[in-house]
Amino acid sequence: MVSNIKAKRGVSTPHIALKTSNGGKRFRVSRQPTTEAVFEVRGLSVFYGDFPALRGVTLDIQRNRITAIIGPSGCGKSTLIRCFNRMNDLVSSARVEGEILYHGVNLYEDGVDAVEVRRRIGMVFQKPNPFPKSIFDNVAFGPRVLGTKEGLDGIVENALRQAALWDEVKDKLKQNAYSLSGGQQQRLCIARAIAVEPEVILMDEPCSALDPIATTRIEDLMKELEETYSIVIVTHNMQQAARVADMTAFLTVEPGPNGERTGTLIEYDVTQKIFTKPADPRTEEYVTGRVG
Amino acid sequence: MSEQETRQLKGRARLPAGGARAATLAGIGRRPGGQNRRNQLFLALLYFAVSIALLGLALILIDAIVKGSGRLSLDIIRNSPSSDGSRAGFAQPILGTLWLIGLMIVMVVPVGLGAALYLEEYADRDRWHNRLIELNVQNLAAVPAIVYGILGLAFIVRGPLGLGFILFTGSITLALLVLPMVIIASREAIRAVPPSIREGSLALGATQWQTISRQVVPAAVPGILTGVILAVSRAIGEAAPLLLLGAATFVTFNPEPFSDTGWTALPVQIFNYARRPQDAFQNAAAAGIIVMLVVLLLMNSFAIWLRNRFEQNW
Repeated sequence: MVSNIKAKRGVSTPHIALKTSNGGKRFRVSRQPTTEAVFEVRGLSVFYGDFPALRGVTLDIQRNRITAIIGPSGCGKSTLIRCFNRMNDLVSSARVEGEILYHGVNLYEDGVDAVEVRRRIGMVFQKPNPFPKSIFDNVAFGPRVLGTKEGLDGIVENALRQAALWDEVKDKLKQNAYSLSGGQQQRLCIARAIAVEPEVILMDEPCSALDPIATTRIEDLMKELEETYSIVIVTHNMQQAARVADMTAFLTVEPGPNGERTGTLIEYDVTQKIFTKPADPRTEEYVTGRVG
Repeated sequence: MSEQETRQLKGRARLPAGGARAATLAGIGRRPGGQNRRNQLFLALLYFAVSIALLGLALILIDAIVKGSGRLSLDIIRNSPSSDGSRAGFAQPILGTLWLIGLMIVMVVPVGLGAALYLEEYADRDRWHNRLIELNVQNLAAVPAIVYGILGLAFIVRGPLGLGFILFTGSITLALLVLPMVIIASREAIRAVPPSIREGSLALGATQWQTISRQVVPAAVPGILTGVILAVSRAIGEAAPLLLLGAATFVTFNPEPFSDTGWTALPVQIFNYARRPQDAFQNAAAAGIIVMLVVLLLMNSFAIWLRNRFEQNW
């Protein structure tokens, strides 16, 4: 499966150089943008109480691609990604304006069930958060709440294989998930998300609590998963965005009329473009390390 | 490393050894008198306070053991209460207490856990009525037991419920008495479950109830159980409210929890023996106290064992 993907990437983008003059950073060979969008964000604003955290975001998240959201602290990256599976609903003061169309249906329209949304749009969090249960029960939890009783063994094995964790844990599925290392725990959380067969996987700074080796493994894993899932990743690590993402959105904090600091989308484009020829000077300042 | 560099390093290391050491020691060394003596004085005061508390406990224990050890045998839990102090035992009162506590647990656990789950997981703390409930729960924990006895007499034995003088009313009243303790302990246990666990569960498409019943409650079980056992420890020793609710002082037949044939409980029986002048009854009361303390100790050890067994380090 892996080689297959790489081969496909090779042909699809002959025009983009692997290496650039920009400090010798390696960029991912992006695949062509697809025409099919999984999310169409239209004029999205998020308020916590009266405080606007995010204002006027419009972008399309493409299917079977990795989209990175980068930007300085407090720019609303996490707020944005948490709108995609309505996790912001858990914050009682949060209010959302605008639309996020998921296959044409606004996620925030009346009659949309947040629970059903989350079954289709999985999420991996900043800090690995396995349940205090066995490795098996962690992965089986999602299918079980959906009512699956038969064939759990196969589902769990399949999810763990996809998350590249099977070989490490196949002999200790009954052990507590907390006995795993941080990187393994995070891959377990990815397996857990995969087990309910979502269409999209949201990752909110999935590697920020991990060491570089574990980070590399997660990044490799993301590239494999991209074949099957659409992935949105929030990261404060620009190199990570450059390495894994096909598309990159840059958000920043803009002082509003009343002095409040609100996140806005500055630029959204193919990753190479964001890192080599950004259209907006603010993007350039950020990606070259002059601010943030 | 070149020879010259090595020499430089050595020289640098040796230089401050003399005067600088004395200067540093003057800064971080122990000072005579002053602060130090005040520290020790304060520590002595603390020891004094602790020893007074322990002394009281020790005196009661020693008194009970000295008087009661002669009566400690299986007979003390096998024999019925008797007008002959040397044969008087606690068989029926112990059974009564087991019934009381057993029925109390059945009532207090679901209600206490339910209230705690509502307050922690559902209640919007910005609403005034939720804050009022919280405040009330905390205040209720401090209400004297006798007040619950009066409540039980007025509303459960007589009044609206009118159940009469049956053991079950004692159970209900004890359940009300320890309910705030169970709620508070359960809330703490529920709050100790990190939000990331709830988020992880909800993000997988679990409903709020699935998240609570399959993640939050199982993870909070040790804390909840500890609270329940501490509540039981409190309830088991209560005599005052039971006296108001018809716990007789002399019952020689096994209690029936739902009929008004008369019932009693261990602490009530101890109270009854203890107020008689004869030495034989005094000794029987002391032996009863030891029995109760052993039961309490066992329950508390069980609580600690449970907590350590299931404790989760997040």
